[in-house]
Amino acid sequence: MTSTLERLSPWLFTIALFAIWEFVCRVFSVDPFILPAPSAIFAAMVQYWKPLLRHSFVTLWTTAAGFALAVVFGIVLGLIVGWSRTIYRGLYPVMIGFNSIPKVAVVPILIVWFGIGEVPAILTAFLISFFPIVVNIATGLATMEPELEDVLRALGASKLDIMLKVGIPRAQPYLFGSLKVAITLAFVGAVVSETIAANAGLGFLMVQAGSNFQMPLVFSGLLLLAVEGILMYALFAEIERRMTRWAFRSSMSAAT
Amino acid sequence: MPGLLLDGTRVTAFIDIAGVSLVYKGAGGGVLALQDTTLAVQRGEFAAVVGPSGCGKSSLMKLVTGLIPPDKGQIDVDGARVAGPLKIAGMAFQNPNLLPWRTVIDNVLLPLEIVEPHRSRFRSNRKAYVEQAEQLLATVGLKGFGQRYPWELSGGMQQRVSLCRALIHQPALLMLDEPFGALDAFTREELWCVLRDLWQKIGFTVILVTHDLREAAFLADTIHVMSARPGRVVMSKRVDLPRPRDLDIGFTPQFVEIVHELRSKIGEVRQQS
Repeated sequence: MTSTLERLSPWLFTIALFAIWEFVCRVFSVDPFILPAPSAIFAAMVQYWKPLLRHSFVTLWTTAAGFALAVVFGIVLGLIVGWSRTIYRGLYPVMIGFNSIPKVAVVPILIVWFGIGEVPAILTAFLISFFPIVVNIATGLATMEPELEDVLRALGASKLDIMLKVGIPRAQPYLFGSLKVAITLAFVGAVVSETIAANAGLGFLMVQAGSNFQMPLVFSGLLLLAVEGILMYALFAEIERRMTRWAFRSSMSAAT
Repeated sequence: MPGLLLDGTRVTAFIDIAGVSLVYKGAGGGVLALQDTTLAVQRGEFAAVVGPSGCGKSSLMKLVTGLIPPDKGQIDVDGARVAGPLKIAGMAFQNPNLLPWRTVIDNVLLPLEIVEPHRSRFRSNRKAYVEQAEQLLATVGLKGFGQRYPWELSGGMQQRVSLCRALIHQPALLMLDEPFGALDAFTREELWCVLRDLWQKIGFTVILVTHDLREAAFLADTIHVMSARPGRVVMSKRVDLPRPRDLDIGFTPQFVEIVHELRSKIGEVRQQS
């Protein structure tokens, strides 16, 4: 009984949210130009499904490309940073500084460099999402038990041996945990760039629709963004669960 | 220490720590961890090092295995000056430190993937090595647990696996740093017996760092008492209890007397600090 309810609760809550929204819009007769009711948004979605689908795919692939770059670069940099305490300490302030820059501020520079189009979107997605990957891998490596390192070093293990046998497998749950955060960030980055300068993508579509005062279409874009975000998060949460089952099991047994 | 046998030949102890000092460099200047420590352990001997906490017992382990160099004095193991990682030592700590993504058997095999000559033969000889690991696991009472994961095992079982990992490459020297410190009293006594049997069967040299005096008296041939920081050896006590010892020996007057003597010595050195 409870488990069925628990399984259904995400759907129930989402439906309830839309129901309340619809209710509020109707009862207070909110101007559809300010906040369109869900029914109007879904109607717009059905009406414009073709352009919505096309622009969704553009956003999806720029996000995926930026994210892929971030994964490769993030893993490499994370391993370098986690390799030694000196590099860790040396690079950390630089990375924090870089991460503090709002990526919206970088988009105009990217446009000057690469022109309007998909490249700035891909790069913005990359820039915004590599940081959590780097930090997580470096943390995974840095929190290795010193005694375990002693055991291996006393056997004559090189730094590389220790990394391969312990560090990298140990950093895996940290990596997969960071991927689900990074993918949503990459998505945000791609859309931000599209709203500033692009000729395709959901961000671009929303700006266009906004300037034509098609508010239901703007909101359909928003909803699609949310749905895509949830799907990608769910995908990487599932990948995380499959790849690092031991981490969940061992922390579970440690807790009991 | 170099010494003379009756027939005049010089013998050197298996482990010879001579006048070793160690300074830990911290943010607030150096802390003298060990001062002029001298200690000898014969081949095949079971030595225990006891002392108040913070007396540099663990530093001693790192020095002997070559993980850190001494600031003064020298250490010889098996007739050779220690100048880097020893490779003939197995180590186990209070925390079993098993790798949760590896099965028990793969955890035990880990040192063989690192240390030569096993390392280069590991792939081709894997089957023989697995068999060897399974035998070792059976000796510590873990027959049939090879395919389990560490988190499926109790704390005492994990510590047995940790002992197996320390012994799989057949080291001449086993270094133990409070290996049973986190276990409950019954499990601890069980593991004393496991260690006793392993040592009697295989015959490696042991340095056991502990603050459990009964543990030291039950297991060791010689007990070295260290002073508070800066640590040095203030007493070396031979334990002449007959072997094989069983747990009941802990209730004999002789045993109680040894523990009592160690206790008052440690009380003395703690007073001085």
